[in-house]
Amino acid sequence: MKKIVALVLAALMLTACFVGCGETKTDEKVIKIGVYEPASGSNGAGGKQETLGIKYAHSVCPTVDINGETYKVELVYADNQSSNDKAPTAAADLISAGAKVVLGSYGSGVSIAASDTFKNAGVPAIGVTCTNPQVTEGNDHYFRICFLDPFQGTVLANYAYNELGYRNAYTLAENGNDYDEGLAHYFTEAFEALGGKVENANFPENTSDFNSYITNAINAGAEVIFAPTSTNYAQLIVEQAAAKGAKATLMAGDTWDSNQVLAAAAGKNVDIQVTTFYQEGGNAEFDEGFKAWLEADAQNLTDNGGDAKIAAVSAMGYDAYFTALEAIKLAGSTKSEDIKAAIWNVDYTGVTGQINFAGDANGDAVRTTAYIKKANTDTALWDFVKEQGVN
Amino acid sequence: MNLTIDHILAGISAGGQYALIAIGYTMVYGILRLINFAHGDVFMASGLIVVYLTTAMPLQYAIPVVIIATVLLGFMIERAAYKPLRSAPRMSVMISAIGVSYLIQNLALYITGGLPQTYPAIPWISDSVQIFGAITKRVTIITPILTLILVVLLVVLIRYTKIGMAMRAVSKDFETSQLMGIKINKVISTTFIIGSFLACIGSLLYFSSYQSVTPTSGAMPGLKAFVAAVFGGIGSIPGAVVGAFVIGICENIIKSSTEFSIFSDAFTFALLIIVLCVKPTGLFGEKTTDKV
Amino acid sequence: MKTKKFNYRIVDIALLVVLFALVFLADQFLPTYDIKFKVLQKGAVFALVAVSMNLLNGFTGLFSLGQAGFMLLGAYTYAIFTIPNEARLSVYKYYTMTNAAGEEVGGLVQAVLPMGIAIILAGAVAAVFAYFIGLPVLRLKSDYLAIASLGFAEILRAICQWKGLGILTNGSNQLRMYPYFNSIMPYFLIAGLCIAIIALLINSTYGRAFKAIRDDEIAAEAMGINLAKHKMISFVTSSFFAGVGGALFAMYQNTIQAKPFTTTLTYEILLIVVIGGIGSISGSVIASFLYIACSEWWLRFLDTEGVIPGITRNGFRLVVFSAAIMIIVLFFRRGIMGDKEFSTERLVKGAKSLGSRFSKKKEVN
Repeated sequence: MKKIVALVLAALMLTACFVGCGETKTDEKVIKIGVYEPASGSNGAGGKQETLGIKYAHSVCPTVDINGETYKVELVYADNQSSNDKAPTAAADLISAGAKVVLGSYGSGVSIAASDTFKNAGVPAIGVTCTNPQVTEGNDHYFRICFLDPFQGTVLANYAYNELGYRNAYTLAENGNDYDEGLAHYFTEAFEALGGKVENANFPENTSDFNSYITNAINAGAEVIFAPTSTNYAQLIVEQAAAKGAKATLMAGDTWDSNQVLAAAAGKNVDIQVTTFYQEGGNAEFDEGFKAWLEADAQNLTDNGGDAKIAAVSAMGYDAYFTALEAIKLAGSTKSEDIKAAIWNVDYTGVTGQINFAGDANGDAVRTTAYIKKANTDTALWDFVKEQGVN
Repeated sequence: MNLTIDHILAGISAGGQYALIAIGYTMVYGILRLINFAHGDVFMASGLIVVYLTTAMPLQYAIPVVIIATVLLGFMIERAAYKPLRSAPRMSVMISAIGVSYLIQNLALYITGGLPQTYPAIPWISDSVQIFGAITKRVTIITPILTLILVVLLVVLIRYTKIGMAMRAVSKDFETSQLMGIKINKVISTTFIIGSFLACIGSLLYFSSYQSVTPTSGAMPGLKAFVAAVFGGIGSIPGAVVGAFVIGICENIIKSSTEFSIFSDAFTFALLIIVLCVKPTGLFGEKTTDKV
Repeated sequence: MKTKKFNYRIVDIALLVVLFALVFLADQFLPTYDIKFKVLQKGAVFALVAVSMNLLNGFTGLFSLGQAGFMLLGAYTYAIFTIPNEARLSVYKYYTMTNAAGEEVGGLVQAVLPMGIAIILAGAVAAVFAYFIGLPVLRLKSDYLAIASLGFAEILRAICQWKGLGILTNGSNQLRMYPYFNSIMPYFLIAGLCIAIIALLINSTYGRAFKAIRDDEIAAEAMGINLAKHKMISFVTSSFFAGVGGALFAMYQNTIQAKPFTTTLTYEILLIVVIGGIGSISGSVIASFLYIACSEWWLRFLDTEGVIPGITRNGFRLVVFSAAIMIIVLFFRRGIMGDKEFSTERLVKGAKSLGSRFSKKKEVN
């Protein structure tokens, strides 16, 4: 009996294999764009918001003209689970599915880990919000449309030192997270160069008790706690800092620009300031369209964190999609290598600003300003503070 | 390193939460000789259930419902995954426990869609209060007190009731107690019910302090609680509680040093290994000998 | 009679040759980014690690959960000693220092070893650590051993992530740009060679002593087997090959950091061992390929929305997968192979008996 059941199970697995391999063939001309984003794990929330931006862009413009022929654009997805060890297979999965150009990922570590897989396949990738310099450094297939950690870290350090007049900082980063550690490193470098004092702390992954870290920051006399962590830690840090009555300003990079952070801060006595790529209101047409699109589908709203506030990463995802379309148009071909060569010549003005790669040897779009926002704990919205460059 | 009253308070609170989970481990181990790896995940599941319940009903109804649901979950896991393996080698049961833990985590991942869920704030206990000059949530103070009350009740239950006596008998000698007419399955089920109930209370307190539930949020507290149970002498309830407080406090002392704070988890295991090497039966454990 | 008996061993060897020939063909025809390519690579790596764990858990009866820690050591050793010097400045971005000549260099280690030597060194480092960890840990019994070895793996992970060792380990950041094989064959060759060595060990006098310890420790001791010595040999050997497996894992991944070497990784390997059959080398090998193929490839369609409307969405694959594992653990406790080894002889006999059972049923009808 057992043997028969085992045989049936094995047969089922084999059929599963064939179902998995089966591809639908249509006569339509199709070009596939890979979406390499986390949908689960510690960056799942951010990855979903970025994916929403890409999906919305796709709904706005689902076709592309290549040499006068209209191609249908199809998005293929792979969840990298925010985990570097799942990155190579997720990336291979996208390429096997026929992606000609890849967008993503939210989170620098997974982007670095998948880089070689894309390289070996000759598929170009456009980093949307992975800010660590190592993503594009020393390769010609990984591009990026956002600013980098050295820039963001310096902007934040300058702002904290010069504008807010702080001299004492405490940084808090998750162990083994390239984004956290990179940003904390560059912030520290810039803040110390200005003459400030910084204490660096790391916490192990899956930490939920930040009480002792916050106490340490208070004891160290920190005026600013710089915690560029992923959103689910951000929620906990905000919550616990408020409960402890910490007076220090909480500062972070683009990851904290999330409605979950706002929800955690609502009604509490905390000062949160972040740098980000986009400020709601920057492009009215995009804002309205995106909100209407979100509200039309309950699943989209859930993925966006329960409401229709616009995260900067969604705007970046939107721009990344159009950057890819521009490159495909310029290439006039559906071949990955042609698209890769064409990305260098893209000059596109998106909702988050101008994107062109010509000025940089690594393939990073040149960005010179970041937006600084402050959480309004009464309205649970972001208040725009200023645009800030390095100087 | 600058230790303050805040660190100690945080430590006592963490200790109380670990204690409530550790009791579940130590009781199951005492009776079945099984490390119930799924216990931490039951703890997490209990947190998730509250998140989903509070969207449907007010908190005062949600709490009793979640207690019942968690207890049922613990009971069902025992019936489905451990009972069929009662005569199997111990390794198989432990592997089954790992499998259950994997299944619960993946189910949670599927249901939540990978997004961290915000735990509802429970009024009064989530408010901030000032104690010895340190500001903290009220739950920090409540946790150790509630833990001690529950432990005393549990010890009374085990010492002075019939089912308690049966439990003690089963943990002393599984086969003989069966011969004496004790219904093993009933005793084991009761153990799982008590363990899950305490895990549920622990989860209410824990997630009130740290208001975010992810599929893996049970794993680390679970492992640490298990270490606490071993540290105190597995099978001994007071031992588990003492162990939990020691670990909670030590961990927060380590966290008070910026340089070494990333070792806060590793330290727990180092402590465990030292205890196992010096006194393998833990602080309060009884010595056993191997028979052929 | 003897001459009539068909020699199945030749068929076994022929199958092995065919297998490697297929791998060779796969190398020729599969593009490197193909999912099958990745599955075969990862399958080979996990086969080696699973067999090394089986040596401990299945053949010596030591329930150790430290495999991830030894893989970590192997992976790091390999990566640290093979990153080309010109790439170090970029990899060790946050841990640069000035060398004797006054130049800025990345990290402490500036020696680059050939890949082969680095792989052996990876195993050796894991083995040395295993020896010192084994001294206290191997005195412990079953579950205590499990939890203590698990603890050591976590401690090793924390140490590797410590900033104080950053100039060596790059803190908790990724190590990358080291050389790796961009084909399948080397993984199969190295893993195959290591598994063959483990198989030889198991079939030697040492192996028989291991099995005696597994079956009854006290009786084994009474028979004059030196428990401490044999447990240590098993533990160190297993860790050596886990280290080699870690090096291969680092190559497969192209980048490595301490983060993924958690207890979850150990559990995954343990589940492979269980699915394959505790105490069967061929079982572990078959199970690891099945496991990796299912989790990374065949079941992926379950994650696509709309295959079964309303049910399949991201994460469903893992639910189905873990439920299937529970079914195996509960109802097919002996796994694919039990404690037997794969051979065509058994396969043919099994098929015959199955066939005869079917024909008997027909007769009844």
